[in-house]
Amino acid sequence: MPKDTGIGAATVRREDVRFLTGTGEYTDDITLAKQTYAVFARSTVAHGTIKSIDTSAAEAMPGVLAVFTGEDFADVGGNPAGWLINSRDGEPMKEPKRPVLAHGKVRHVGDAYAAVIAETVQQARDAVEAIEVDIEELDAIVDMNAALSGSNFVHDEIGTNQCFDWGWIEDNREATDNAIKNAHHVTTLELVNNRLVPNAMEPRASIGSYKASTGEYTLHTTSQNPHLTRLLISAFVLGIPENMLTVIAPDVGGGFGSKIYHYGEEALVLAAAKRLNRPVKWTADRTESFLTDAHGRDHVTKIELALDKDGKFLAFRTDTKANVGAYLSNFSTATPTFLHGTLMAGNYTVPLVYVNVKAVFTNTAPVDAYRGAGRPEATYSIERVIDKAARELGMDPIELRRKNFVKPNQYPFASAAGLEYDAGNYDALMDKMEEVADVAGFAARRAESEKNGKLRGFGVNAYIEACGIAPSNLVGVLGSRVGLYDAATVRVNATGNLSVMVGAHSHGQGHETAFPQVVAEMLGIDPAVIDIVHGDTSKIPFGMGTYGSRSLAVCGSAVVRATEKIINKAKKIAGHMLEASEHDITLADGVFSVAGTDKSVTFGEVALKAYIPHEYPLEDIEPGLEETAFYDPANFTYPSGAYACEVEVDPETGKVTVDRMTAVDDFGNVINPMIVTGQVQGGLAQGIGQALLENTSYDENGQLLSASYMDYTMPRADDLPMFAVDHSQGTPCTHNPLGVKGCGEAGAIGSPPTVVNAVIDALQSGGKNVTHIDMPVSPARVWEAMQ
Amino acid sequence: MYNFDVEKPGTIAEAAAAMGADEAQALGGGQTLIPTLKQRLASPSKLVSLKGVAEMQGMGKDGNTLRIGGATTHATVAADGSYPALSALASHIGDPAVRNRGTIGGSLANNDPAACYPAAALASGATIVTNTRQISADDYFQGMFDTALEEGEIITAVSFPIPQAANYQKFVQPASRFALVGVFVAKYADGVRVAVTGASNEGVFRWTEAEAALSTNFSASALDGLTVDPDNMITDLHGAAAYRAHLVKVMTGRAVTAAG
Repeated sequence: MPKDTGIGAATVRREDVRFLTGTGEYTDDITLAKQTYAVFARSTVAHGTIKSIDTSAAEAMPGVLAVFTGEDFADVGGNPAGWLINSRDGEPMKEPKRPVLAHGKVRHVGDAYAAVIAETVQQARDAVEAIEVDIEELDAIVDMNAALSGSNFVHDEIGTNQCFDWGWIEDNREATDNAIKNAHHVTTLELVNNRLVPNAMEPRASIGSYKASTGEYTLHTTSQNPHLTRLLISAFVLGIPENMLTVIAPDVGGGFGSKIYHYGEEALVLAAAKRLNRPVKWTADRTESFLTDAHGRDHVTKIELALDKDGKFLAFRTDTKANVGAYLSNFSTATPTFLHGTLMAGNYTVPLVYVNVKAVFTNTAPVDAYRGAGRPEATYSIERVIDKAARELGMDPIELRRKNFVKPNQYPFASAAGLEYDAGNYDALMDKMEEVADVAGFAARRAESEKNGKLRGFGVNAYIEACGIAPSNLVGVLGSRVGLYDAATVRVNATGNLSVMVGAHSHGQGHETAFPQVVAEMLGIDPAVIDIVHGDTSKIPFGMGTYGSRSLAVCGSAVVRATEKIINKAKKIAGHMLEASEHDITLADGVFSVAGTDKSVTFGEVALKAYIPHEYPLEDIEPGLEETAFYDPANFTYPSGAYACEVEVDPETGKVTVDRMTAVDDFGNVINPMIVTGQVQGGLAQGIGQALLENTSYDENGQLLSASYMDYTMPRADDLPMFAVDHSQGTPCTHNPLGVKGCGEAGAIGSPPTVVNAVIDALQSGGKNVTHIDMPVSPARVWEAMQ
Repeated sequence: MYNFDVEKPGTIAEAAAAMGADEAQALGGGQTLIPTLKQRLASPSKLVSLKGVAEMQGMGKDGNTLRIGGATTHATVAADGSYPALSALASHIGDPAVRNRGTIGGSLANNDPAACYPAAALASGATIVTNTRQISADDYFQGMFDTALEEGEIITAVSFPIPQAANYQKFVQPASRFALVGVFVAKYADGVRVAVTGASNEGVFRWTEAEAALSTNFSASALDGLTVDPDNMITDLHGAAAYRAHLVKVMTGRAVTAAG
């Protein structure tokens, strides 16, 4: 019998009522009194020197209140990188300043060099067109190889386009080289992990407001982590004291990473609000989203896999160029390094890994973490080269993986890429995948496809990711400039209902449903009386927000710790009420009882006593029932999975149809299986989008060719099959109280190599010796590969 | 958007008069024009909405000719049964919202090189009826976004001779779902016509070699010896000229087979 409440119940998402009836409140829905509007003047060239900006005509336009240029922010700080990476030679990475508005140079199409504030959006837009700007166009730096070899620099002051040259693990470099030199067999693959535009349904938007009487600022903004945004603005950019700045991220319509970061528009609306003493709103249009949201991926990688004669993996070696775009976005330096290189051992007992990553500045939009963030890039490289090796060695791709899996008796397992995997069972996942995907029936389905003139291919993948980001002490050693704990406050109100204030931010993840399930389970009460508060720095404890599949593993653990404190205090109060020792009090189904007696009080009666402390031992117990906990994880969590994909390829047109997609994941314990299934389905859609459809293309002048939905292909329902999603093979995380691992990114990590492996298999079955096609595997690319 | 005036005439005569204004622009369903205006890529002084012109609405069969009013929506055409291949084409333009607003006159006046209707009109040897004259499809399409329409001229109707057999095969550009290559094949008593959209830098065109071969032998195998010259085919993000040329032949063969 499935549970209907608490941990493990597939409770319907309570937030969906407002989302699906159009009654959510997003930043653009908010209108403050005397609100004004900002519109940005953006560069139409990828690279150029700003010779002059004349704003006088714009300032004289109807309704215009102010015009800002880079000059206005010359003396304030830059938007910093959150993670310091040192190059192999020990040199720290290059960190050119990222200003609020471009100053001196524009560095990508869409780079804002001025902003107009006016009474209406139309007036501001008209005035932007009246700004007279003289930009001397420079050659655009787009190709990463050209960027590294040329003498034309995105940031002249650093004299190079290389941000860093990182090695991991540097001490293993020589041994890895030797292993590859002496191996029985080496498989090599060069591939591109294609750049993606995040395309959150809600574009970025911000409202800055200022209260002159107190000096307090408020920023409503589309953020995945309001406290982090406040910290960046306060400590680095504008210097507003943290206690004078409230950041509110209300309902946020998707982020996928792109709303982790602080952007210049947020600083601009705050500064403008103070100057005008009126609220200033900016809402991106879709073109601005394409041009200026931090993009994802964009790696070019050569990977080599060394094997012995039995197919045992001896070493992985990779050489990657990672595009960071024109400026360092907040986590752009962590994504291609510690979120990527540390996963390069995959699910395997391979003894040696060496990863080299060169980060490269180009005249393109900044690139940062996007659903999966470094881990999809690692998985894609590993799982593609393994398939190629299996083909070269004439081995079954599933058996080759199984031969090299870390086995259940090896945990905790120190991977060759420097992580300690705490739990997993990759063979069990593969067994389940083979069952759910009906691998045994593939041959018959292939024969049926061939009868219809189609080529059918089967692709497989095994992935591992590091989630529950992250142990602060560990990441501190590795260069992180922030801690990655989270926090929760559980407030029991006098009448017995609860407000739970969390540092995680829900922008599609279903926290408002899942977190109450945890608290309700622990207290034995109805989750309906528990409300989640998030997204407002004036209401919630200092948490680090939502990304890296961390909300439940980290913030959820903080919720557990705070709830444990509530239970401990409530037992004391109950003990007093029942004239018993707190040690003899048990809690079950929302009732505190004295063990071995029929004496009991309800949770509600204890709550009321805490707030009306009559006949209450004030000398021993404080009134009230509210507790806060901060939780810093001991390790990452390690979700893993086995995926399968079957495609049909039309050999005449090259069109790929995904016919079957199976995802078997180990997320540890599952709080709400329905939400988990939905997260996996969304991730699969994005992963299939990356594999087959999404093509972010800059031309040699740095113009974004795919800057609208007329050319950028988002996955649509009819591009996707019904998914088979299974998470029955969970091995609980060993170091957090819920035993959970995180499920937000898995689908986007596991699916791209699975799909491409299936396409290659289909083409091979048609007698085409095709070993690689870069993503997106469009019909044209498939057809060209077949010629 | 920039500011503009809107006029809603009730008759063709009123519409033609309204179009006399400087920088006036006819508005059909607005499925291309409105996004263009939103991006400030056009600044007409006045939009003349054709939606309220009753004599430009709807469709009717007269003998073997199907006459469709210029302001008739794709959804209306899709729901009609008198020219099944044309209705099938209309049913796959855009999405339901586009089909409920977009009109055949608007599509043909815009003549997007990847739009579907131009292929049907050209392959059917349709007649484009305007407020001043009748133009044969062979004379009407003059290149990408270019037509025989004069300034201020309005498509009031389109007349399609109904063929013995016909089919449209669209290989979609995956993002826009316009035609990467679309081929309309129509078989008449006096021969077969084949029109291709999406592929050429010069917009919709007739593949005359295929027409000759199919007029003799209306089966996909009639195309076996033919090739399509990739010169002047479009190369873009979604496919190079050689791929489009290849698809023209594949889609033509499939259209012939489907037409039966």
